[in-house]
Amino acid sequence: MAIPQPRIGVVTYPGSNDDHDALWALAALDAEAIPVWHEQHELPALDAVVLPGGFSYGDYLRCGAIARFSPATAAVREFADAGGLVLGICNGFQILCEAGLLPGSLLRNESLRFICRDVRLTVERDDLPFTTRCAPGQELVIPVKHGDGRWFAPPQLLAQLEANRQIVLRYAEPCNGSVDDVAGVCNERGNVMGLMPHPEHAVDPLLGSADGALILASLVEAARDRAVALA
Amino acid sequence: MRATVLVRPKPGILDPQGEAVETALEHLGFTVTGARVGKVIDLEVEAADPAAAKAQVEQMCERLLANPLIESYEIEVAG
Repeated sequence: MAIPQPRIGVVTYPGSNDDHDALWALAALDAEAIPVWHEQHELPALDAVVLPGGFSYGDYLRCGAIARFSPATAAVREFADAGGLVLGICNGFQILCEAGLLPGSLLRNESLRFICRDVRLTVERDDLPFTTRCAPGQELVIPVKHGDGRWFAPPQLLAQLEANRQIVLRYAEPCNGSVDDVAGVCNERGNVMGLMPHPEHAVDPLLGSADGALILASLVEAARDRAVALA
Repeated sequence: MRATVLVRPKPGILDPQGEAVETALEHLGFTVTGARVGKVIDLEVEAADPAAAKAQVEQMCERLLANPLIESYEIEVAG
């Protein structure tokens, strides 16, 4: 039997602008990348979902605050509640935080500047469906490009997240003022993850780094395992 | 009925916008401390009385207008 190609959806909201890069990167990593429109009340049959970067609804009110109420977001919530794999990148991370699918919140960068550059990240967990291709403590180089990427959680919540091992990635040096240099977190169950850096912009050495492919290929692999299990 | 919502960054949350505004005011020769930048949202709501209007706007704040993790809100209803 041929190894099935995992089906990974990428949700496009009004103002998403990294949806095509995400679709391209997932296809390059041998997934069947499927565009999902924000008005869809139901997701097609999928093995994983990516919420891409961009500026959904113009970042009005708070980043991700309005996309949180899109029909597709409700469908993604159901998908996640059923154990489905969901990865939020940048604005997708902000949407997942606003939706309560991930802990914390993303605030204006401490510098008030839009930051667009490669950053070094430390992998805190290599046992998630999003990080199995990474080595423990591995350093990754992946670009960020955000104005509102300062992840925040109050001390009590942060302690709880640390205890649950929900901090997945940290900036190797201070980037945007995030509490404890947090760059990516997951939910308690480990099937939903969000990160501010853009792995889809770093899947080919020609782009300066292929480290983003470690994250996305982990996801493709985990999605494929699920597809095989269901087949 | 006219309602105004004031959304503020919660105490203890770093507000770099407030700090930048404070620095700018200092450059203008003012002596200020504790500048914080929030938002104002004006609304017209259909309600029988101010209490009902306030209850409605409270729901709006809880669900959308403020993020309780990082922001506090205050509602004023003009009777």
